[in-house]
This record gives sequence, C-alpha cells and structure tokens, in this order.
Amino acid sequence: MNNITVNAVLAGASRGWEEYRQSFSNSQDLFNYFGTSGVFLVVAFLLQDSTVEGAEVSVGAMIIASAIGFLVAMGGIITVAQILATEREDGTLLRAKALPKGMVGYFVGKAVHVLLVTATNTAIVLFPPFLLIDGFAFGTQGDWFTFAWVLLLGITATVPIGAVLGSLIKSPRSTMGLLMIPVMGLTMISGIFFQFSAVHEWAQWIAQVFPLYWVGLGMRSVFLPDAMLAVEIGESWRHLETAGVLGLWTVVGLVVAPILLRRAAQRESGSRMAEAREKAMQSTV
Amino acid sequence: MRDLRMSYGPTEVLKGVDFTARRGEVLALLGPNGAGKTTTIEILEGFRNRSSGRVEVLGADPAKGDERWRARLGIVLQSWRDHGRWEVGRLLAHFARFYVPFSEPGRPRPWDVDELIREVGLEEHAGKRIAALSGGQRRRLDVAIGIVGRPEVLFLDEPTAGFDPEARRDFHDLVRRLSDLEDTTVLLTTHDLDEAEKLADRILILADGRIVADGSASELAARIQSRQRVSWTRGGRRFTEAVDNSTTFIRDLFERYGDEVSGIEVDRADLEEVYITMVKRDGQDASAEITPEPAEENR
Repeated sequence: MNNITVNAVLAGASRGWEEYRQSFSNSQDLFNYFGTSGVFLVVAFLLQDSTVEGAEVSVGAMIIASAIGFLVAMGGIITVAQILATEREDGTLLRAKALPKGMVGYFVGKAVHVLLVTATNTAIVLFPPFLLIDGFAFGTQGDWFTFAWVLLLGITATVPIGAVLGSLIKSPRSTMGLLMIPVMGLTMISGIFFQFSAVHEWAQWIAQVFPLYWVGLGMRSVFLPDAMLAVEIGESWRHLETAGVLGLWTVVGLVVAPILLRRAAQRESGSRMAEAREKAMQSTV
Repeated sequence: MRDLRMSYGPTEVLKGVDFTARRGEVLALLGPNGAGKTTTIEILEGFRNRSSGRVEVLGADPAKGDERWRARLGIVLQSWRDHGRWEVGRLLAHFARFYVPFSEPGRPRPWDVDELIREVGLEEHAGKRIAALSGGQRRRLDVAIGIVGRPEVLFLDEPTAGFDPEARRDFHDLVRRLSDLEDTTVLLTTHDLDEAEKLADRILILADGRIVADGSASELAARIQSRQRVSWTRGGRRFTEAVDNSTTFIRDLFERYGDEVSGIEVDRADLEEVYITMVKRDGQDASAEITPEPAEENR
C-alpha cells in the first residue's frame, strides 16, 4: 500500500469512529442499541426458569446466546444494506467518489462503524445475563477464543451479504420491507427464539445454508453448558462445520461484494442523484 | 492551453460538442433543460462514460483519470441530506484529509479548514450540524467541499439554484477570486443568464446536443443582428429611438446638439435575446421570423 492508500484508510477509520460517536447523540440509534437488546433481555429473563425441551438448560440462557447470533446477522445484513441504500441515494457515496481514494475511505469507514456498532450491541446483550441468568457463563478459557472467532467470522460472513443487497436495492424505503420478511423468516427457523430441534427437518436444511444458524450455534457453544448438546444436531457443537460455512460465505462475499459495490459506485452521478431526490420527494408528499 | 479539451462524437444526447478552456478561465455552459449540460459536465468529471470522441481534462482522459488527477479536480455537488449528523468543521476536515498526500509546491493541499470556512462565510456555523443549516448555508458548504483540495479545475452544476441575491453575490465574488488568485479554471452550468454574464469570461450555449454559440457576453450580443435602442435627454426631455447602428447615431447626435445631450443609454441585444435566438435557431422548428446572420459559429 502506498501512502495515498494508507492516508485514505486512516481517514476512513476516523470516519467510522466519528459516525459511531454520532450514533450516541441520536435517539433512533440509541433505541436500536438498547431497544432490540432490551426485548431479548426481557424475554430471556421471563423465560429463565423454563427449560429447553430435552435438555437441562434455561430457555432464557438459550435465547441470549442465540440473540448474539441474531444481532451479528442483523447488523451485517440489514444495517449494512440499509446504510448503503440510503447513502447511495442521498449522495454520500457520490461525495466519496469525488475525493481522491474517497471510496477506500468510505468503505473502511463503514466497516469500522459496523464493527463498533455490532460490538456495542453484543456487549449490551451480554453483560446483564451474566448477573441475572443461571447457567449463562463462559465455561472455559477456550470459550473466549471460540467467542472471538465466531463473532469475527459472523461479521465477515454477513457484511458482504448486506453490501450486495444494499447495492442492488433501488430505494432505501423499500429496504426494510424487502429484507425484514426473509430475515425474520430465517430467524424463526434458525433456532434463535425456539430450540432448533423443534424446527421441521426441511426447514433445518434451509437454515443451515445461511450464516445466522451457525453464528447462533457457535454462541450457544460458548455460553451454554454441554447439556444443551442433547438437542443440537449430531449432539455436537460442530465447530468445524461452523467455521466452514461462515468461511465460505466470507470468501464468496469478499469476491462478489466489491464487484457489485464498484458497479453501484460507478453508476452514481449528480443527475442520478437528482432523479432519486425527485422520487423521494414525491413519495414523502 | 492545457486544461480542457473535448470533442465528443455523435450520440443521442451530445452530437459533437467541442470546446477548450484556458487556465484560469471561467466558462459558463448555458442551455435549456435536456440540452446535455449535465451530461457534458459529468463526462468531464469522469462520472460518466462517453460513447465516443476525445476528451482531455488536465492532460488526462477523465474515463481513465487516476487518483492524482482526481485530486486536482473540484466538484461542487448539489447536496440534499447527506452527512446530516456531521458538524460543518469536522466534515470539511475529514474531506480535507484525503488531499494531504497531493500537496504540491505553490499549491498547498488541502485548504486550511478554518480559513476556508471563513472564505465561504460559514464561520458562525462551523460547529453546527449540517442538518441544521439553511439551504443557502448548505450550498456554501457544498462549494467549500468542492474547493477544499485547492482544485485546478472546478466544476459547478447549477451552483446558485436557491440562493438569495446576497448569497449569490458573495458566491460570484468567491468564484472570481478563485479564478483570479488561485488560477482555477471554472466550468459552471446555469440557467441564469444574468449569472453567466456577470461571472463568465466565456459563455457556451448548448442546445440540442451541440454548442451553438461560444464567446463573451458582448461578443455573443454583437453576433445577432438586432436594432439597438438609444435613449438620451435633451432640454429636460427624454428621447428614445431604435437604430441600426448606435455608434453612428450617437456621433450624429453629438454633432447636432453637442453638450445639450446627456444621459445616453444604449440597450444592446441582451444575453437573453441572444440566448433565445441561438437556441431557437438550432431547434428543428426554427421559426421564420427570426432572421439571424448565416450561422457563423466559431469554434
């Protein structure tokens, strides 16, 4: 990397930090941080005394562990797609394009921003359960290691998916509608709220194609006692398969996403933005 | 002659556009909606690919311009609601940072942010969030972002749309300063004839995908033949007469009345008249009542 690129990467990193900092003075963002996590925590707390069918594990503890998988996937897919669709339309991307190495700065900024937001979400969900929910703990030293690589691979597997969707979707206002339903559907069959063994076998197969299930499984392996294995597929945490599936998504994503992003960025111009603005104005009136 | 050269082959939108800008020159691209102004400017910015023709900006083809080339350009974009949460000063400092490796002797990059904020008259708003700026203030910020890298060539697409008269005058002063002091070549598109006349060294009228006129405001006015209105005061009375040649007429006037004549005004064909004539002449439904000189479009 020459110093021009290094300079742009550093500028991008400070951009990510600045946008992260700004998120704390925005009520919508604060709600996203604490609202979603709050729902999980309340549900988990209420269900802490019920046990998972077929295993001596608190449903509350299971939900918290799976919730981290959910937050990572949501952050990677929905948040990234939403930001990208919005910033393509409002001209943020175009401004980056007008700067020397501006695109590098822009995408580094986004990556840093998403990383910080996901870390914050995870921390907010994680801390209260350690104190409040029985059977929720880091078992061994190895759990820390598993936690770190599942989290990291979870992010790298989902962020490119979000980037691809965000560069394909035409209007930011349709992002939520288009993505929420499939993502919620996937959440239902991925063992986030209900134990995975209760899901139909054919739905289990679908769920296992996508990263969401695997990040959830990885997190359960970290926070839940091995008693939980009684209801997991193959009675195993399947770390190898987890790394394989998430790794595959990461590799494919890192190949495909830059191509589509470059295409999306190339299409941006002042006149396209003016068109988008016209449309947005019309739809808000 | 090193800044801009462009010849653009036949397409639907642009049917052969040719022009050259000299260093430090302010060029206004005038034309009706759909004439291809924005397309032209976007090709020059490297944001849009042309179908054919030869284009050169600062010695490079915009379609292949590298980052070093990009750093020498300034583009004033029409902002809408991007970066609403950023503070004015922070955003400018962030964008300025990208230009640091491109500083050159005699042209230090980027512009000092505080100085630039003063330059565009936003010093009272430096700590404000962008979402809280008024429309006019936002446009000043757009200009500041466009010039933060001390560009050698600056592109402005409809820069003063929505400005009040005072903001417009300040903006004109700023553009003139850029061209005079910084030796920046400026290419702007506008609908505002008055603005083009005040600001531009040279005006290009683009109609139906072609440059139909190229020259300073007065050169353009001289090109279309029209009668001029001469008004004067003599013995406390005001006279007005339409004449073919105002110079001869006024000389005769002085020969006859000498010092009795005062308050002479000559209304030339104004830019609006030129514009309407040029644009119509080029249109397919060029009406018969306009009888301009045979098209002599100097390229």
